[in-house]
Amino acid sequence: MPTTNITLSLEIWRQKDSKAKGDFETYKLSNISTDMSFLEMLDVLNEQLTREGSDPVAFDHDCREGICGMCAAVINGIAHGPEPETTLCQLHMRHFDDGDTLVIEPFRSRAFPIHKDLVIDRSSLDRIIQAGGYTSVNTGGTPDGNSTPIPSATAELAMDAASCIGCGACVASCPNSAAMLFTGAKISQLSLLPQGQPERKERAMAMVTAMDKEGFGNCTNERECEAVCPQGISIRHIARMNREFVKASFFA
Amino acid sequence: MELKSNVPEGPLAEKWDNHRFSSKLVNPANRRKYSIIVVGTGLAGASASATLAEQGYEVETFCIQDSPRRAHSIAAQGGINAAKNYQNDGDSIQRLFYDTIKGGDFRSREANVYRLAQVSNSIIDQCVAQGVPFAREYGGTLANRSFGGAQVSRTFYARGQTGQQLLLGAYSALARQIKTGKVTMHTRKEMMELVLVDGKARGIVTRDIITGKLETYSADAVILATGGYGNAYFLSTNAMASNVTAAWRAHKKGAGFANPCFIQIHPTCIPVHGSFQSKLTLMSESLRNDGRVWVPKKPGDTRRPGSIPENERDYYLESKYPSFGNLVPRDVASRNAKEQCDDGKGVGTTNLAVYLDFAEAISRDGEATILKKYGNLFQMYEKITDSNPLHEPMMIYPAVHYTMGGLWVDYNLMTTIPGLFAIGECNFSDHGANRLGASALMQGLADGYFIIGTSIAGYLGSTEQDIVDNGHKQFSDAKKSVQDRIAKLLRSSEGGPAGKLTVDEIHKELGLLLWDHCGMARNKEGLEKALAELPAIQKKFWDNVYIPGTGEELNQSLERAGRLADFLEFAEIMILDALDRAESCGCHLREESQTEEHEAKRDDAGYSHVAVWEYQGEDGVPKLHKEQLLFETVTPSQRSYK
Ligand SMILES: Cc1cc2nc3c(=O)[nH]c(=O)nc-3n(C[C@H](O)[C@H](O)[C@H](O)COP(=O)(O)OP(=O)(O)OC[C@H]3O[C@@H](n4cnc5c(N)ncnc54)[C@H](O)[C@@H]3O)c2cc1C
Ligand code: SF4
Ligand code: FES
Repeated sequence: MPTTNITLSLEIWRQKDSKAKGDFETYKLSNISTDMSFLEMLDVLNEQLTREGSDPVAFDHDCREGICGMCAAVINGIAHGPEPETTLCQLHMRHFDDGDTLVIEPFRSRAFPIHKDLVIDRSSLDRIIQAGGYTSVNTGGTPDGNSTPIPSATAELAMDAASCIGCGACVASCPNSAAMLFTGAKISQLSLLPQGQPERKERAMAMVTAMDKEGFGNCTNERECEAVCPQGISIRHIARMNREFVKASFFA
Repeated sequence: MELKSNVPEGPLAEKWDNHRFSSKLVNPANRRKYSIIVVGTGLAGASASATLAEQGYEVETFCIQDSPRRAHSIAAQGGINAAKNYQNDGDSIQRLFYDTIKGGDFRSREANVYRLAQVSNSIIDQCVAQGVPFAREYGGTLANRSFGGAQVSRTFYARGQTGQQLLLGAYSALARQIKTGKVTMHTRKEMMELVLVDGKARGIVTRDIITGKLETYSADAVILATGGYGNAYFLSTNAMASNVTAAWRAHKKGAGFANPCFIQIHPTCIPVHGSFQSKLTLMSESLRNDGRVWVPKKPGDTRRPGSIPENERDYYLESKYPSFGNLVPRDVASRNAKEQCDDGKGVGTTNLAVYLDFAEAISRDGEATILKKYGNLFQMYEKITDSNPLHEPMMIYPAVHYTMGGLWVDYNLMTTIPGLFAIGECNFSDHGANRLGASALMQGLADGYFIIGTSIAGYLGSTEQDIVDNGHKQFSDAKKSVQDRIAKLLRSSEGGPAGKLTVDEIHKELGLLLWDHCGMARNKEGLEKALAELPAIQKKFWDNVYIPGTGEELNQSLERAGRLADFLEFAEIMILDALDRAESCGCHLREESQTEEHEAKRDDAGYSHVAVWEYQGEDGVPKLHKEQLLFETVTPSQRSYK
């Protein structure tokens, strides 16, 4: 597709801080190269706002390569925007048309308070991991890496789950604000691997409990999470988590 | 400034053992009485925080991002080296050591590099135990690939997401310690200043990124794990928040800064495509295992790559370096790409690109095999460029990637400030003048998991210190200086934006100056010109930058401005260092010092040293000190990849 320049109308959620009541503001932006990334388009807007003496739009980002999980916004109702398996930072403007209106708002969830504009607090996801998303091994004295063979297919499955970037799009897209895909991915990764076996039950119990405590909702099989997940994480991992949880509660 | 490397006695292979034996320890029951600050949660900081907490210390850890898991390390793609010799292809600790020191063009400290190779194997074991899903062979053993010019297969990987998986491993260990309460985690808090009491590092001043509140924290030792300074160039492969601030603040308080001009420019990045560009994306160099680099033989050839017949293509790396071919080290590959483009043979709309072609590998191994190896990289490339590498060769160009320079540290990873340690990319490290692929992850985790614990115990066990808390005057003074600095940053914005410049505009100007004169090839004239032009950019910044908003709120322009202010000061020693080192070595090519075949020509008689810069106050001229490099077991040779 050849590069062109497009004009856009942006409706962006502006909220001064966590206490303020936010609202949408409209901005016109022209001369946007279709080679730009979505965040570069926001950079251009922010340069423009800065030069006008207005407050630029606060948004989170860091790697701009689709791996750190920091960028996050809902574009026209879809977390991370319209391209499948693509984070906001990897979304390019060639997927939009001249004259489009883009509604841009933060990921919304009870468990993700808004700090400012598009910047949210996702520490609840960290606390789920803290509850048990690890193997309890200290540094040093671990056995040789090749002492336990792991079938290549198992390692690949675990890797599918492990590739979660912790962005929270699954939560933002879920009508129940569930963090099942995120939590399921971690539980699944560790329950697939031999290293995760010793704490398998405690882990499932602890992480699911933490998830509930943070105010995330329950899964009612809407599959919205899978549809927006930039890493293409499958809801099969939710099923595996549920099995792990049931087994753990049964034997508890 | 005294540079005591504190390299232990004994034969090279026994130094680390000897050192651990003679080093002071802290009794397990006493460790909880000590508190340690760790700034940074990349591979180095997360692994150090977790390990020290497991050992019983009270740890306070800080990072800029909203979660420790998002540190820049997450983006590393290709892999991590270790001397396991699982492939039985002749690898050993000695060989990994030798490759690393040779790859660094003999500008690193022998004993440190040897130790790195020694602990490399334990890193893999540690990560496997954490549940890092490394790639496996069908029989279930760990898979390896050859990477970045190594002639053995010693690189462990997890698809093209090795950094992510290693960091998530370290992050999970950290999470476990946060849960136990041994680590107090402070996210979205940026270190703004180092606090010294009686000449020792005893704490930091931070700014809460959400509220703008300044806070002080005290400890018995401070560890910086704040990453590299590649973003001085504005465009680099580093994450947007990567910065020199923490290291620079430490430098201004007395920490020597070593080899600031050693900057790695990575050969395989997606070329720049517009002035709006905010960062450059790396395409892992593992691609060079199967991709062939070429340009059209005829300058100015604008045909599509597919229409250029074989005999009109110049596979310049293969013809020039028959034994290494496309796998020559990064600096060599980057310089050759630049040379081709300078000769008018560059491709793409800007003529600043070369091809990386997979056609032969695809016809040999089939699409499925190539996709299994590089699928996610191909996808990323296509997302950005809208072109599919299965059908058309990639276009690549070198980009700033990694900084070998950093805070000078001794064998214990302690800076010239007692009690201040530097680990990971932010120290001047074990990579000399050029880092080999897959060695930064190794070094970050070696420092954090396996070395810093010994150093911290050695330091605390042998140092008498008073009990200090943040009520001490040094803390309130430091906090005041940060307050003043923020006020100074905001001063030029008082009259509104008219006639002013944005932070990014000035940053781009600095970046261009450095790229043009202190980039892939340097010469005296250009460096002197850069040095002469730098003050005007600095002045423009302080007089003319416009930063909207205040210091008491989430203000991303202010954050960037603070980091840029430090880059602007830091750039001076980068250029001075490049100027002073009149030899070429590794990534540092001084055009005046080349062999007849245009390879970097070292001058061991004149420059076999680490250049360490000491801050001399606002108006002072930075002072150069030298740590002479003495090689006990290796003989520096001219690198040749022919
Ligand atoms: C795209 C890419 C690919 C790479 N691929 C590889 C590879 O395949 N193999 C390899 O070996 N190496 C690779 N590298 C290099 C490697 O990733 C880095 O050198 C390494 O991860 C650095 O780790 P670190 O822990 O030192 O620092 P970082 O990961 O950069 O972490 C820095 C931390 O410090 C914090 N911080 C910084 N400043 C402050 C401050 N002022 N206050 C508070 N916190 C602060 C940040 O928040 C962050 O947590 C790659 C690099 C890039 C850019
Ligand atoms: S499961 Fe997918 S959508 Fe949810 S946090 Fe992980 S990567 Fe993001
Ligand atoms: S900025 Fe890192 S995933 Fe988008």
